[in-house]
Order: sequence, then structure tokens, then C-alpha cells
Amino acid sequence: MGVGVHIYDGFLSTPVWAAMDVAAVPAVGYMVRRAQRQFDESRIPLLGVMGAFVFAAQMINFPVGIGTSGHLVGGALLACTLGPAAAGVVLCAIIAIQALVFQDGGILALGPNLINMAILGVLAGYLPYYLWGGTPWRKFAIFAGGALSVMVSAILALAELLISGVPMSHSVVGVSLALFLVSALLEGAITLAVVQALEAIQPGFVRQPAAGRSFARGALGLAAVVLAAVGFLFASTAPDGIESLGHATGMDHVRRLFTTPLAGYQLALYGDPWLRKTAAGLAGIAIVYGACLLIGRGVARRGRA
Amino acid sequence: MHHVVLERWSRGASPLHRRDPRAKFAALLVFLVVLATAHRDLPLLAGAFLLLLAATLLWARVPLAGALRRAALVLPFTLLAAALCWFGGDPARGLHLVLKSYLSALAVLTVVSTTPLPLLLRGLELLGAPRFLLMVAQFLYRYLFVISEEAQHMRSAAASRGFARRSGGFRAAAGALAVLFARSYARAAEIHRAMLARAFPGRFHTLGALRFRAADAAFLALAALAPALIRAAIERLA
Amino acid sequence: MPRLIQVHNLSFRYEDGTPALRGVDFHLEAGESVALLGSNGSGKTTFVMHLNGLLSGEGSVEICGLPVRKANLPAIRRKIGMVFQDSESQLFMPTVLEDVAFGPLNLGMTREDASSAARAALDTVSMSAAIHRAPYHLSAGEKKRVAIAGILAMNPEILVLDEPTTFLDPPGQRALAELLARLPQAKVLVTHDAALARSLCTRAVFFQDGRIAAEGPVQEIVNRFGWDFAGEPSKSAQ
Repeated sequence: MGVGVHIYDGFLSTPVWAAMDVAAVPAVGYMVRRAQRQFDESRIPLLGVMGAFVFAAQMINFPVGIGTSGHLVGGALLACTLGPAAAGVVLCAIIAIQALVFQDGGILALGPNLINMAILGVLAGYLPYYLWGGTPWRKFAIFAGGALSVMVSAILALAELLISGVPMSHSVVGVSLALFLVSALLEGAITLAVVQALEAIQPGFVRQPAAGRSFARGALGLAAVVLAAVGFLFASTAPDGIESLGHATGMDHVRRLFTTPLAGYQLALYGDPWLRKTAAGLAGIAIVYGACLLIGRGVARRGRA
Repeated sequence: MHHVVLERWSRGASPLHRRDPRAKFAALLVFLVVLATAHRDLPLLAGAFLLLLAATLLWARVPLAGALRRAALVLPFTLLAAALCWFGGDPARGLHLVLKSYLSALAVLTVVSTTPLPLLLRGLELLGAPRFLLMVAQFLYRYLFVISEEAQHMRSAAASRGFARRSGGFRAAAGALAVLFARSYARAAEIHRAMLARAFPGRFHTLGALRFRAADAAFLALAALAPALIRAAIERLA
Repeated sequence: MPRLIQVHNLSFRYEDGTPALRGVDFHLEAGESVALLGSNGSGKTTFVMHLNGLLSGEGSVEICGLPVRKANLPAIRRKIGMVFQDSESQLFMPTVLEDVAFGPLNLGMTREDASSAARAALDTVSMSAAIHRAPYHLSAGEKKRVAIAGILAMNPEILVLDEPTTFLDPPGQRALAELLARLPQAKVLVTHDAALARSLCTRAVFFQDGRIAAEGPVQEIVNRFGWDFAGEPSKSAQ
């Protein structure tokens, strides 16, 4: 399975993969430029070698009970050792090599895969550490980063499949989410264990969250990414998924965010139900993307390279 | 390991091997888009595309059976998704999914098995992909198997010591990964020193520019038209 | 005519404060080959890394009359070429030719000149057939020769080799010794291999706890410190 949930060519509908391929270009470009500002070309070998490390890390088994074992996915670990931009670049390289050399993931699907895992997954993996890495909640932050990086990428992939029309009943979606949750918790545990082992070897490997960081922006960013991913998922399933969620948890603002503006949009412009769903889904992606651009601009500069 | 086979295939000398990587990649994109956007008569189209790719692989003197097998790496996952579609009441989508993903993988393989990866990366750079990212990918590929071998050794060493299967095993695995991380970091430092010792000025220079020749243009034109014409023909006649 | 290497009272401490070098004096004349012997951790490798500015300590280091300072580093790294112990970290480019051309390109040569210099160097080390191969697939001995070619292509006056026979089997060691004997450059050879030191070097220095404990003809130093594993247990003198 590799670094997460890889989408293959042929799974997504044309508007979805095309839109995400287009969106991925500036997103990846922005992340590369940020990484370049912190890491000049002399650090390229370091990023490459750490990418190779992530591949090799798949060979180390983490036993979790009778006959099963987990593996490090690595986005959050890279983020708190190399910083989010560099971690994102490394993951982009990993995903590209996986698609080209190992036929693990599609080429037209590179846009969605890069956005899900290298951009949003890494961001979700880093933000808890950014927020709480310097506090007594550090261990929780690292665990949460690992878990969220997997959870967010998986949810986004699932949502993209849904709006592309892959038929999944609510129970199938539920089971998938449960499986993702298990993976996510495992990644959290593995990431935490590896970070602790790393600090025992050499404390300098794991970065200190930069001084002068903006807690408010970081928190907003984290909330935005998580809510948007979850909201996107519900937007991509039947509309009444949102209604029942709203009723069950009283999270009416989620409903307002995703149902009302989009409902008006849908009725005004599209009669076709498939197009309606796609538009709602893509709008969800756009919200997440926009949130990340804002986070990226607003979050404090990283410390040393 | 997988990639060794791919490396061997990619260093062949057929006419396809000699084509500019940019032409090959552009042709690949056209093929993938034509395939991805097709919704009608898919089984027939898939059959025709399979023949097209098989013919290309034969022309490139890449072992056909090996390539077909390697593309089948996508099947475990895609068949699962197809089963999901079947139970969800949309078996046609399931079939489309399997056919498209397999052919995509085979098409990618056609390019990657006739182009050494560093050359392909250079082509992508000339097509506009970020150089920094591509160089990271180049170094990743260079050291992929070096680090994997180290991990392999660590795994064998642990196994020969009777790896515990309880929480001790979990902690030990984390320790092993931390050691692998530290070794990788140390290797990166060694590489950096070796770069500096050879007067690295802060920026990588490349040895060769790529030359786009008439043969490449002809190949691109042919390779771009073929899938489009095949699909148009099938949709008209079927 | 300044000496090729002139080191006076060189001291260096690691980040944690442990002293690695304590007042080392060293010199190298044109055409000379000197062996650096001593236990692991005695400071040999740390010392040679000061010669091309990878490390910077207290005291004076001059290469061909140039003090080792940031401003002089490009010129110094042109004059003194270093072959590291682990060739895998030294051959970091995708192909042999690109790797050997790395140095020449950094020195400002055009692509054509760099390519010619690389080919000539590969010819000197008898690795011309490997020009387009990936370094990962070479044997240890082949990697070492390509690493040496990478340095030779820069036309240095001094070669520094850090434990070059590590990872080599006896035939490989012999081939390396023959190659090094043919090269006209002055050499600094860090090694545990007394036979190699004897065959190549006129002089040896013995490192001990960051100092040079003794200096003299190779065999004399080897005998004095019992630095020869020839099957017969030698008296380890202090």
C-alpha cells in the first residue's frame, strides 16, 4: 500500500482528476518554492535520502497482535524532522516514484494523490505538532499528527471516489472509515514511538516548533483542514448525510457551510444530479485548498533549515 | 527486486529507447487521457489498446509477458474496487475501472521500461516540472535500494535474534527505524561532504541537453494520433 | 616553491568538546606519498578533512601555499582531491559519466570539456566500459575506481584516500594498489593496510589520541607500533 491510499487511473471521473491535476500544479509549485527557501540545492541529497528512508521503512514490521503488523507511512515523521514544506516535497517525490517505477498509483491520478497525501496529509500531520509540540501535550501532538495525516488523506481519497460515482453504501463507507481509523491510530503510535527513539539517539533530529508561531492561525488551520475533509466527505455522500450529522451532533455550522450555499448554487446552475454532486465535492476541495493557502501564507516562518 | 528488472529493460537499444523522453511522456499523456475519457464500448476499446501497447512493447524488444505481469500489480487493489462496484449495483463501472487501470499501468510501463528514470526526470524538467523536486526524486531513486538493503539487513539481524512479537517488538521496531533514520541522515552528510570536496558551487549542473529530433516529432505525432483514431473508429463503427 | 601541504599546530574539538586533534604538524612535498596510520578514533580522518576545508580548526593549514579559508576553498578543492571510505556516498549521480563529470563541471568547464575530462579519467582507471551504468550496480572495486576517476578528472596535485581498501577483496586491493602506483600525484593515504602503505608510501606518520606520535619510514613505524597483521602476533610496543 505504500505511503497511504493511492488512487489508480480509471477510478475518478474526469472533472475530478482533471480539476485536481490543475489544482496540484500551483500547490506543488508553492510548496517546492517554500522548501527551496529553507533548503538550498546542497540539501537535495538529504531530502532524496530521507525519501528513500520512507520507502525502506516499509520493511520494518510493527507487530500489533496475532499475525498482523503495521508499517510507518511517514508523512508526520518527515514533517516534524524536516519541516512541512520539505516533507511535502519528499512525499511528492515518493508518490511520483511509486507511480512511475512501481505502478503504485496512476499518472492522471497524480494530482489527487499529491494533494491528498503530500500536501493536505502532510499539513494535517504537521499542524498538531506546530500547535502543541512545545507544550506538555507534545506526545499527544505527535500521535495526533501521525493519525491525522493518514486519516485526512484517506478521507479525501474516499470522498473523491464517492463523487466520481463509485457506489458505496453508507455501511461500506462506515466500514472504510473504521479501517482508516485503525490505520490512523497505528500511524500515530508508530510515529510517536519512532520520534521518541530518535530523540534518544540524537535530540537534534526532531525540530522544535518555531518560536513566534501563531497559535490562532495554526489552530484555525487545523480545524479548517479537519472539518473541511470531514465536511467534504459528507458533501460527497447523499445530502441527507449532512442533515443527520447535523441533527446528531448539533454541528449546525457544518450544515450551513456545506448545504445552504451549495444547495442554492446547485439549484441555480445545474439540474443534473451527477453534476450537482461533483460541483459540491469540488467546492469542498476548493475550500480545503483555499484554507491551506491561507495557512501556508499565515503560519510563522520555520526555524533553521 | 522489482526495479532491477525495470533498469535492465530501460537500458535497451530499440528505436523506442532512443526517442526523446519528452515525446514519450507526451504520447503517454495523450493515451491516458483518451483512455480515461472513454465511456462507450470500453471492452472493445480496451482490447484494441492492449494490442496497441503489446505491439509497442514488442517493437521496443521489452519482454511482453514480463510487462503484462508487472502491470498486473495494480489488479489486487482494482479488483477489490471492482467487487465493491459489483455489490453496489454498478458492475459496468467495476469492469471499466479494472480495464482502465490495467491499461494505464501498462502504458506507463511502456514508457518507463524504455527510458532510464534519470533521463525521464530530465525530460520532465524540460517540460516544466520543478527542478528541485525532480532532483530530490533523482537522489531518492539513486539511494532507494541502498537504504532498503540496510533495512533488509536490520530485519534479518533482528529475525535471527528471535524478534519478540509483543510490545517489545513494537519498541524494537521503533528503535530499528530510528537507527535507520540516523544512518540515512549520516549518509546524506557523507554525500554532502563528497559534493563539497569536489567543489560543489551551490547548484547542480547537468551534463547533457536533450535534442528533439525529427524522428521524435514523427513518433509523437503517430503515438498521439493512434489512440485517438482507434477510439474514434470504434465509437463510430461499434 | 611552497610545499604541497603545510600544517602547523592544528587543533580541533568536536561539538561536545572532546578534543580530536591536539597540535598536529604535518607536511607533504611534491611527488611524496605519506601513509597515515593509527587506531580508529585516533584522528586520522578528522585530520584529512581539515586539508580541504570540510572541517576547520585552530592552527594553520596551507595547501600549495594557500591558507585554508572560505575564500580559497574553490581553488584548494581543485588542488586536493579526496576519495572517501564509502564509495556509495561518493558516487551520487545517476550514471558513472555524470558522476565523474560532476567535479569538472563545478570547476567551470563546458559540457564538452567536462565530458572529455571524465572520459579520460575513466580511461586511466580502466572503467571506460561503465560510462552509462548506474553506480549502484557496480562492484566495490569498480566503485572505488570510478570514485578515483571523479577526482582525477579535476586534475588535482594531491590525492587523499581515506581507507581505500575497505570493502575490497584481495584481488581488488591488488588492482587498487597497482592503479595508485601508476598515478603521479602526491598522495596522503589513510590506511590500516600496512602492505599497501609499504608498497606506495615513502613515509608514514602514526596518529595517537589526536597527536602524531611518530614519523618515519613505513616499515619502521609499522614495526614500532606492531601495525602489521602478517599471521604472526607482533609485539605491540607503545
